[in-house]
Amino acid sequence: MDAEREVLDVLARNAREDIDDIAAQTGLDADAVADAIDALEADNVVHGYQAVVDWDRVDEGKIRAIAEINVELDRETGYEQVADQIAKFPAVDALHLVSGDYDFAVEVLGETMEDVSRFISEQVAPMPEVTQTVTHYIMDTYKDGGIRFEDGDDDDRLSVSP
Amino acid sequence: MRLSDRARDLPESGIRKFFELAEARDDVISLGVGEPDFSAPWAARTAAIDSLERGKTSYTSNRGMAALRERIAAHHERYDQSYDPAEEILVTTGASEAVDLAFRALVDPGDTVAVHEPTYISYGPGIELAGGEPLTVPTRAEDDFALTRESLEAAGAAEADLLVLCYPNNPTGATMTEEEYAEVAAFCRDEDLRVIADEIYSALTYGAEHASIATQPGMRERTVVVNGFSKAYAMTGLRLGYALGPSEAIDAMNRIHQYTMLSAPTTPQYAAIEALDRCDDEVAEMVDEYNRRRRLVVSRFNEMGLDTFEPGGAFYAFPDCGGDDEAFAEELLEAQGVAVVPGSVFGEGGEGHLRVSYATSMRELKEATDRIATFVEGRR
Repeated sequence: MDAEREVLDVLARNAREDIDDIAAQTGLDADAVADAIDALEADNVVHGYQAVVDWDRVDEGKIRAIAEINVELDRETGYEQVADQIAKFPAVDALHLVSGDYDFAVEVLGETMEDVSRFISEQVAPMPEVTQTVTHYIMDTYKDGGIRFEDGDDDDRLSVSP
Repeated sequence: MRLSDRARDLPESGIRKFFELAEARDDVISLGVGEPDFSAPWAARTAAIDSLERGKTSYTSNRGMAALRERIAAHHERYDQSYDPAEEILVTTGASEAVDLAFRALVDPGDTVAVHEPTYISYGPGIELAGGEPLTVPTRAEDDFALTRESLEAAGAAEADLLVLCYPNNPTGATMTEEEYAEVAAFCRDEDLRVIADEIYSALTYGAEHASIATQPGMRERTVVVNGFSKAYAMTGLRLGYALGPSEAIDAMNRIHQYTMLSAPTTPQYAAIEALDRCDDEVAEMVDEYNRRRRLVVSRFNEMGLDTFEPGGAFYAFPDCGGDDEAFAEELLEAQGVAVVPGSVFGEGGEGHLRVSYATSMRELKEATDRIATFVEGRR
């Protein structure tokens, strides 16, 4: 495995690892780790670093929804152009072109349910290419970013064993 | 009640003391655990549940389900080990039962059984229960705890009838290369030793592929290989292992097994089939994670001045604590609430070392190694 891939595997698990610890875990030296991170960022492999948040545990937390969006394209307008328009809205947390019954899966983050529905009905639905939207509010999140949302650790192994 | 001399003479495991010391506190980070911190792959667990729902609660064949033995045979091709599922494989209740059966099937009263140390704690008692006499062959830190012909000769193992090998090794994490095995195999052929090779950690190697003495020339016919699902598939509590060997040895082990165990438990056999069919990717992910932890732990111990060789397998590092390992471990637990196991618990050659298990989360490993560094600094 090359250095960038090894560093990426560590960062994808925990973006807060410091350079010395990444070096220790990968067997690379600290300079090589720093270079790999620079290259990953410069090549747009790594676009940013964020916390995986369970918003349900935050007072005045956030509402999340997944909106299915169908679009109709013409000679001048492709998926890229539509995506570019939708992605510009700050409420759009993630945007994917998907296979299947609809075209875009949009993850929307808002302060209230009303915020989210107004965003979809007033900003997204009126776009000329959009033919249909279906919004699913997320009721509860059990796992995100590969991390299971649950309380504490349930390590019930014997504390010392052969 | 009057006990048998055999039971009375059996010593308490040295690990017990540390278990009790660690259990007495509730703020302990334990690096003393000899089993994975992962759970068995979900697909394997659901296969076990599904088998229960379908009422699969009968005995299996004494040797284990044929479908499982076929998969075990196919799985071991990756180590160039080739065994006939009908005649040369026995599924057991944990690898521990396979080791015990091998002793009972291969050791006569008065036989000498050479065991390299430091090593897993159950071989000596198992040999004695079978009427044999253990002969300790210390391995050396300067050899990174690999077994050498020189160590075997120095310990007088030429007179032994049988040799027990455990690589990748618990507690050292040491592995053996093909070249190192060639030397040991030559000794076994020259001195006519049979071998029990406990390879339970074969899936957990880092960098180099697992090597086995059984694939050395002339060794297959004199070796029983023990393996199982506990470490690779994080299935310790499901108790499922197996032995691979020449048909006469497997047949003898099966004769004992059919009276003492009848068959390995049925539910884990279904889990194991699924594990072998579909869980390679999850094992690879676990190995990658162990590898990252291994490098971190080894580098942190070396940084704090406790010399640690790079272990090639299992999930243990074996730092040199520079003195009395029992005192170090007790004081560390007392002062910093970190549990490790003194190397001397695992026999000769282990003294002055600590067994540090990295089968715990990265976060806990960092916290624990920080605390150990503080402790080491305070002792200076």
